[in-house]
Amino acid sequence: MSNENNILVKLNNAGYKQNNKWLVEGVSFTVEKGKIVTLIGPNGSGKSTTAKIALGFYKGIEGQVEKFTNKIGYVPQKISIDWTLPLRVNDFMLLTDKLSDDVVDEALKSTGVYHLKNKNLGNLSGGEFQRVLLARAISKKPELLVLDEPVQGVDFTGEIEMYELIKKISANLNCGILLISHDLHTVMSATDHVVCLNGHVCCCGSPTEVAFNKEYKALFGEQASKTLTIYEHKHDHVHTTDGEIKKN
Amino acid sequence: MLDDFFIRALIAGIGIALVTGPLGCFVVWRRLSYFGDTLAHSSLLGVTIAYSMEFNIAVSIFLISSLIALILIHLQRKTNLPSDALLGLLAHSSLAVGLVVIGFLTFIRFDIMGLLFGDILAVDKNDLIIIWFGGGLILLVLKFIWKPLFASTVNYELAEAEGLNPDRAKAIFTILLAAIIAISIKLVGVLLITGMLIIPTAMARNLSDTPQKMVVFSIIGGLLSVFIGLFSSLEFNTPSGPSIITAALLLFIISLLKIKQTIQLKN
Repeated sequence: MSNENNILVKLNNAGYKQNNKWLVEGVSFTVEKGKIVTLIGPNGSGKSTTAKIALGFYKGIEGQVEKFTNKIGYVPQKISIDWTLPLRVNDFMLLTDKLSDDVVDEALKSTGVYHLKNKNLGNLSGGEFQRVLLARAISKKPELLVLDEPVQGVDFTGEIEMYELIKKISANLNCGILLISHDLHTVMSATDHVVCLNGHVCCCGSPTEVAFNKEYKALFGEQASKTLTIYEHKHDHVHTTDGEIKKN
Repeated sequence: MLDDFFIRALIAGIGIALVTGPLGCFVVWRRLSYFGDTLAHSSLLGVTIAYSMEFNIAVSIFLISSLIALILIHLQRKTNLPSDALLGLLAHSSLAVGLVVIGFLTFIRFDIMGLLFGDILAVDKNDLIIIWFGGGLILLVLKFIWKPLFASTVNYELAEAEGLNPDRAKAIFTILLAAIIAISIKLVGVLLITGMLIIPTAMARNLSDTPQKMVVFSIIGGLLSVFIGLFSSLEFNTPSGPSIITAALLLFIISLLKIKQTIQLKN
């Protein structure tokens, strides 16, 4: 807790019960400006539920949630756009806010999907759509970004690039990010604080602390601890999101 | 000028088409066509109540349709039946009860065909006031809830996370749907009002690549259907509702040619 004023959202022993069954319980963490907090855990461990608790979706939760900002960008886990709705990427960007053309262009460029601006949403691939969702979330200059599996459907190299981008966003906008992910390795390098969930908080701390935690190993296997180092080697070139090759 | 029945029907039809265009888009986008049908079927009950109690027809239909919508929401929460079964239950039972009540009201002369399919002769000056005043009000309210309603149509959670109120917008939209059914029943009829909401919109979908265009084309399609339908109703002495809907169907078929062209262009 570096500074009280930097706190964007604070969960204290929070939990949510549905049909008398706990979806998740006893979760405590804070998201601060410029920091990335990652929730990891197996399927059904309550990652999305925790994010929704933080967003204030549910009524009647246990524990306390304090939100100190209303400027929130959200990328939900699964979203499908009906073909009955003819919606272009540009229309989608302007769905809830009036943004200037420049702001829209800049956001689309930063996630590498500017060339899709006038395409119909129904014609995008899963990965392209995920990038549009991220562009949409950052175009509003949010103070808090909640990203629920933002890289699903994005190809392998794109995945690493997206996490780099998320790190950059957090630095540029000085916003706090609550990230949900199930792929361990890439997440670990781009995060300040990790909360490992399995219906409750298994363990939490810095990525290195968590990676060598006993409960974490029990949950994800011995191999998971070693993934931390896998992506630390360098390439001499990078592939940008629009398919070009850039030399380092 | 308003003394001519045909002019009255035309003015009524224009007013209705201006409202069914945008509302119809949301009915299609939100997959509510069967819901609209249910409200329309229940309106027959509203008509009979209006006749037996000497009450304004539009107001009576509006109240009954809203009540049916409330019952539906309640049943969806309380029972384990799927929505389409509940809609069917409400649609047919309210239609049946309406017809049974008509059977009892032997002292009133009923034009049952006129109620079911619309009657070009039935539109009086009062109806014009209700259609244009009510229609204006519907559009005004729709403009007000457009943003949350549209955003939640695209994605409910996104709209909620960004501080809009999707549930309230949805509830208000349901009331608007009941209202448009209430004001257009005389011209289009109980059985065909959902067609007026859906068919011009379906045509518009074939021609548009943005939501705004779809709304505009849907209004144009509705207006053309009203013109063509009413003129042929006058010419061939056919009931007004089916004539308007048949015209809408023809427009839809023509719009299919446009799709075929674009598909060929793509290949």
